[in-house]
Amino acid sequence: MTALWLMLLIPLTGVVLLAFIGHHRHAGWVNIILSSLSLASSLWLAVHVLANGPYLSPSRMMYIDAFNVYLVTLTALVGLTTAIFSRPYMQHEVEARKIGKRRMRLYHSMYQGFMFAMQAALTTNNVGILWVAMEGATLTTVLLVSLYRTPEAVEAAWKYFILCGVGIAQALFGTVLLYFAAARVIPSPDDALLWNVLYGAATQLDPTVLTLAFVFLLVGYGTKVGLVPLHNWLPDAHSEGPTPMSAILSGLLLNVALYALVRVKMLVDGSLHSNLAGHLMMGFGLLSFMVAGFFLHRQRDIKRMFSYSSIEHMGLMTFAFGIGGPLATFGALLHMTVHSLTKSAIFVTVGHAAQIAGTQSIEKIRGLIRTQPTVGWGLLIGTVAIAGFPPFGVFTSEFLVLTATMKSWPWLTVPLLVGLGVAFAGLFRHLHPMVYGEAPEGQVRVSANMIPVMVQLAFVLWLGIAIPEFLSKWFEQATVLISGSSPL
Amino acid sequence: MWCWKPGAEMELTQLSLYDQAVLLFAAAILFTSFIMLAQARIVPMIHTFAWQGALLAATTALVAYVTEHPHLYISAVMTFLLKALLIPWMLHRLAVRLKIHREMEKLSYPSMTLLAGAALVVFSYYVALPIIHLSALVTRNTIAISIAVVLLGMLLMIVRNKAISQVIGFMSIENGLFYSAVVSTYGMPMVVELGIAFDVLVAAILFGVFFFQMRDSIDSLDVDRLNRLKEADDSSLRAPEKLP
Repeated sequence: MTALWLMLLIPLTGVVLLAFIGHHRHAGWVNIILSSLSLASSLWLAVHVLANGPYLSPSRMMYIDAFNVYLVTLTALVGLTTAIFSRPYMQHEVEARKIGKRRMRLYHSMYQGFMFAMQAALTTNNVGILWVAMEGATLTTVLLVSLYRTPEAVEAAWKYFILCGVGIAQALFGTVLLYFAAARVIPSPDDALLWNVLYGAATQLDPTVLTLAFVFLLVGYGTKVGLVPLHNWLPDAHSEGPTPMSAILSGLLLNVALYALVRVKMLVDGSLHSNLAGHLMMGFGLLSFMVAGFFLHRQRDIKRMFSYSSIEHMGLMTFAFGIGGPLATFGALLHMTVHSLTKSAIFVTVGHAAQIAGTQSIEKIRGLIRTQPTVGWGLLIGTVAIAGFPPFGVFTSEFLVLTATMKSWPWLTVPLLVGLGVAFAGLFRHLHPMVYGEAPEGQVRVSANMIPVMVQLAFVLWLGIAIPEFLSKWFEQATVLISGSSPL
Repeated sequence: MWCWKPGAEMELTQLSLYDQAVLLFAAAILFTSFIMLAQARIVPMIHTFAWQGALLAATTALVAYVTEHPHLYISAVMTFLLKALLIPWMLHRLAVRLKIHREMEKLSYPSMTLLAGAALVVFSYYVALPIIHLSALVTRNTIAISIAVVLLGMLLMIVRNKAISQVIGFMSIENGLFYSAVVSTYGMPMVVELGIAFDVLVAAILFGVFFFQMRDSIDSLDVDRLNRLKEADDSSLRAPEKLP
């Protein structure tokens, strides 16, 4: 189908094109145009799949169903809004930090490269290609984390490279084991890694091998999701790289890694007839949720703080997918959406705030509302939304997850509520002085386009008040696909 | 070496020639992992890594020949070019350009490390037990060995503090994974293998870039010096230049 190919070809063209003209003054605009074309083709694809049901490409390389098509659209949307933010931001960085032409070419080219890797991971029908694309996502972003070449940035990038590299090697071993189990029941070896074939044969796959495979895949992709105790790379990579990278890492990469994990879980559930995979995910998820909440309190760097908040939310989603029922799955899918939208909006705002203050240190960022009201209010509303205040969408999804927990694991609602409270306190003790405090003398405004932020936060608000008809149908289809029954 | 088939523990000499050859190569690959663990000098370590790649390619070619999986020949050639020639050559050149090729790395607790390595091999056999019982393939022992190679690669990354040794550890993990795919499932589908080879190649190039970035920013290739970022920030450790 044309839309599908366009969606992969546009970023790929972007990689090559921007490798040559990425240093140009208008490269930021080219990046925006490419990203909006990607969004348009992903919408086209979404409409098609919504109308005609799951789509398998003739070569069986791509498989689109309700679960991944909404992530494809979300990825393209956040890619576009971040590209809009990135243009003035990177111009400011070029002047302030003296980033050379080569690095700007690298930055723009790899931005599109990352988008390509994400979309390839989401749309592929092959478990092996999914792994290749996930590793590709690390490879495209690792040099961007070290873009500023400070010792901290190089350290963060090295950690990111090594930890994610070793972590994802475990996922490759899991994939080999999965292939080993599948090759025993699926006659043609080339078919044995295709999702659609695997789902059909799930009940015949050997449970012992699949259990082992799941553990390796959980550790591997869990590293990328940022699950505690495999999360060490995440705050470093988020805090030391350029802010647009933090926005797309947090808003997209973590989601795609979780997507891979959930896909594998669907397969393992079909084979095991027990909830072992779910229990493992619940354990890791809850641990990440609690630990990250406490670490929020001890951060001094604003981007690190919000990256711990990402770990916390990814933990909650993993936990919800682990519970597994239709209600929890619906909640987790909704949470994935609202978290990506809110968190990328927050990182955009944080980027501007750091440019206003000239530092990322929480103690030095003061009086944002006085200096530049749009940035101050953006940060305030974004944080209110991510902390789970009604009427924002994060509240709705967290409420759904809590309800589902209450039904199947009542005693686990206690740690969940405590975790939410701890995280809330952690965010707000730092937020208040940054937004309302006395602005230091000589603090000036920066050029910032806050419209995408406002649009994203408005979406989150909308999802909190009333989920539109087509979207709820979409989530419902995905929920049926993952959990086997409808929440409605 | 025992064949892990319940109830039928065969003598080595009763195995077919092919099985014996595969087991010999497996033992040699495991041995190279141990050599890397014990080797303190950079250049011999790179050479050992190249030997491991060559043995891997030889095993792949042998499996391709005996089991008649012609696509494995392509994997064998790819492995040989990438793991036995290109990557070792790149690492060697980098070591010379960064003037670290004569350096000795200070190993802490070398004998303990080797004992830990031996323990890991035993552990790998334990992990592989459920799969080994299932396998209808001639190469049962080798699954455990492949897990052991992966774990030894990790151990290498943990005990060393030179960036280049860590890269070798990383690449040897990749070797272990590839080996597991060859011996347990006769390789992955071709498109996946090409993708993985591409990723490994790009990773190797990026590692080279990083060596220079590290040297420029922290003036050393000791990863121990990369200690500025802390889980919960202590401002005193974070930015020394800001101290009074």
